[in-house]
Amino acid sequence: MAAGVAVRPGTPEEAAELLRSLGEEGRPVRPRGGGTKPWGPPGDGVDLETGGLARILEHNVGDFTAVLEAGVPMAEAQAAFAGEQQMLAVDPALGADGNGAGATIGGVMAANDSGPLRHRYGGMRDLVVGMTVALSDGTLARSGGKVIKNVAGYDLAKLLTGSYGTLGLIVRVAVRLHPLPDGTATVAGATDDPDRLGAAAAALAGQPLEADCLDVDWRDGAGRLLLRFGGAAAGHQAGVAAERAGAAGLEGVETIEDDDELWMRQRVHQRVQSPQDTCVVKVAGRITDLPAVVRATTEAGGTLVGRAGLGVSWLTVPADSVGTLRDALAPRACTILDAPEALRADAWPSPEPGALRLMARVKERFDPARIFRPGTFVGGI
Amino acid sequence: MDGRLTAEPEGPTAVSAQPEAAASPAVLAALIARLRAIVGDRWCYEHEHQLRTYESDGLLQYTSTPRAAVLPGSAEEVRDCVRACAEAGVPWVARGAGSGLSGGALPVEDGILIVASRLKRILHIDRGNQRVCVEPGVTNIAVSAAVGPDLFYPPDPSSQIVCSIGGNVAENSGGAHCFKYGFTTNYVCGLEVVLPDGEMITLGGEELDAPGYDLLGTFVGSEGTLGIATKVWLRVMPSPETVRTLVAFFDSTREAGEAVSRIVQSGIVPGAIEMMDARAIEASEKMAHAGYPVGRAAALLVELDGAERECAARFDEVVGVCEACGSDDVRVARDEAERALFWKTRKAAFPAMGRMSPNYFVQDGVIPRTKLPEVLEKIDALAEEYGMLVANVFHAGDGNLHPLVCFDGRNEGEAERAEELSGRIIDACLEAGGSITGEHGVGLDKKKHMPKMFGEDDLGAFQKLRCAWDPAGLANPGKVMPTPRLCGEVPGVYRQHPLEAAGLAERF
Repeated sequence: MAAGVAVRPGTPEEAAELLRSLGEEGRPVRPRGGGTKPWGPPGDGVDLETGGLARILEHNVGDFTAVLEAGVPMAEAQAAFAGEQQMLAVDPALGADGNGAGATIGGVMAANDSGPLRHRYGGMRDLVVGMTVALSDGTLARSGGKVIKNVAGYDLAKLLTGSYGTLGLIVRVAVRLHPLPDGTATVAGATDDPDRLGAAAAALAGQPLEADCLDVDWRDGAGRLLLRFGGAAAGHQAGVAAERAGAAGLEGVETIEDDDELWMRQRVHQRVQSPQDTCVVKVAGRITDLPAVVRATTEAGGTLVGRAGLGVSWLTVPADSVGTLRDALAPRACTILDAPEALRADAWPSPEPGALRLMARVKERFDPARIFRPGTFVGGI
Repeated sequence: MDGRLTAEPEGPTAVSAQPEAAASPAVLAALIARLRAIVGDRWCYEHEHQLRTYESDGLLQYTSTPRAAVLPGSAEEVRDCVRACAEAGVPWVARGAGSGLSGGALPVEDGILIVASRLKRILHIDRGNQRVCVEPGVTNIAVSAAVGPDLFYPPDPSSQIVCSIGGNVAENSGGAHCFKYGFTTNYVCGLEVVLPDGEMITLGGEELDAPGYDLLGTFVGSEGTLGIATKVWLRVMPSPETVRTLVAFFDSTREAGEAVSRIVQSGIVPGAIEMMDARAIEASEKMAHAGYPVGRAAALLVELDGAERECAARFDEVVGVCEACGSDDVRVARDEAERALFWKTRKAAFPAMGRMSPNYFVQDGVIPRTKLPEVLEKIDALAEEYGMLVANVFHAGDGNLHPLVCFDGRNEGEAERAEELSGRIIDACLEAGGSITGEHGVGLDKKKHMPKMFGEDDLGAFQKLRCAWDPAGLANPGKVMPTPRLCGEVPGVYRQHPLEAAGLAERF
């Protein structure tokens, strides 16, 4: 098989067998779901597509769990769950343009992608309850289970979440589901002062409002905080939050009932489609970092969306500003996501040296043939 | 993800044998001299009367005496102790409060026990960022006490007054409220860890999403087999505005189970849903005197917390569901005192069974919630077959069962039969698609059940992780994995990657 070739196993067993032979040959592979997130250094190798592993195996409605093959498109899975008034509470943009149906459950997990619902429900790591992975020695290994509470064995699903296809091929995932809220309402409040925005975010994040989402948006010198509520009392909760938002110093506070489009924008603004001169930088910070992150964004001439209650932000900035931005925000981890190819070689922040050495040992044990995207992860793993 | 059945349960559990070859007396003596120099003579115990405290954890049927127990007073002392053990090739076990229920902190004979009980400082509270940094010996309850009343730490194992955060991290502890709030793993955002070779590393910190693999997520719940945590950063949350609690009584566990299903199905996410069967009600009532109707088949405790209005609306729905499912006795806690009484009664279930029966085994199986009625019927049938008393207490929301198999250890063979019955209950959980442990951990007690849940290749992958962290196998050996194995060298051949050749990346 030459580089540039794509393979498409039809079953987990076939995937494992394929990996065994690729491992023996030492041919690099690149797991690929919907292909919507060209993140990290490109590297070379055979495209290992999960399009043939796209069955929803179980939707256990009464148990609020589902078992999916890795290649199931998120949109398709969510549509199936919504049919029973349920959802997988992970809502990243599904394509760089927001409506591409492309992103798969396996891809979202491998890239640890997330959206506004992470505020309440956590990320993929918090919602995956079991996983099967195909390794380069040809084994299929299962961890966890399909019940929502389980501590038997090591939690390998967390190891694979955010591993960017560098340890193994995720072939099957069991997830916990949540009720789909029967109504939503959003409170928005504005300010063009980064300090006031930061203070309001911290004040609202510290109150037991039980919001589903608490997001920030900053563009063109103006900021907004957005709180979304879902469920029977969403309207009432929004009313309470609106008062608190005013008390926290936000202006122009309004309640928006028809809020789907607004939240779709928050998701889409985490992405840039076919980046040329711009890039998306994810900043993993603290709640109280917000003013500094907003100022660095403004300095770079960029825009920001983020999870105000978690301290995680996505900045869209000119590609040539990344170095300055990283210096300004150090020691916070700045990861380059959507970016021109040249910039992606330098995508990862450096882990702590001791942690990095351990990561290299993990890579050696799980992928001794060193075929899963070799050299493309943190520290050249 | 199917709970496969590939092995039969192995014999009785009263074992203290350790698989590892013991180090020579001279090596041990030199190691202990070194440990004494690190922690000071005062904090190194070697005499039998000093070591008796540590011979078991919360599971008293297992006992084992370590060669020595050390109580380091700082993270650096922990590191130095682990390094000394590594250099001597002597296995060691970390111990928090010793309240675990899987034999996970059982000492290794001729090994060292590293006890975290002196590491009790709360190091940093950052309210604005909802973070606390603590040493591993801090108790679970002390975290909420330190950040309250505005903030709280959600995971609340029933041993929370005594159990330590370090132990919670090792076991990925849950608690009554984890159906809504999640487990320890959802709240640990940073760790300082001493690896089994004595290196001290930091994983994550105050911020989420540290770069690279989620080693943090693999360490939490690893039951002391990957290293020992010396600092723990925790997320804390704003305390809920209000809490409302009720207890409803039913004529059958099936009806109560149906109520649980309907509550969850309707989109309500209760803080807690706990169930007790007739035997558990009777035993608890004798101890807690809450006025529970002895003789009723099932009691359901439901607690909602959150925003005032949402809580009130949903609470009425819950009352309605309980009544619709056949409960004619729904008691709503009128004040905090009554709520505390409801919880006291629930939490009395274990000690109360201790009064009714000389001995009991607690299981920790998990089943998909919808399988509750059929699995309960199966447990009843098994209890009848064995002629033994089984009381059921469980976290009904997440299908985590704690059947208490009662027996009298003074009667010849009864412990063995109770053990066998416990194993068959676990088999029933696995057949229903569940797990052998929901929150107590595998430890020593359940490792014999691991091959029923995981195949060879699954266990092989666990071993890969273990070997990356602890290639010498010195951290808590003989736990979790069903059969001891050695790590060996990493197979495979070294190949230079183009990025390396181009000088863009280094190999490790």
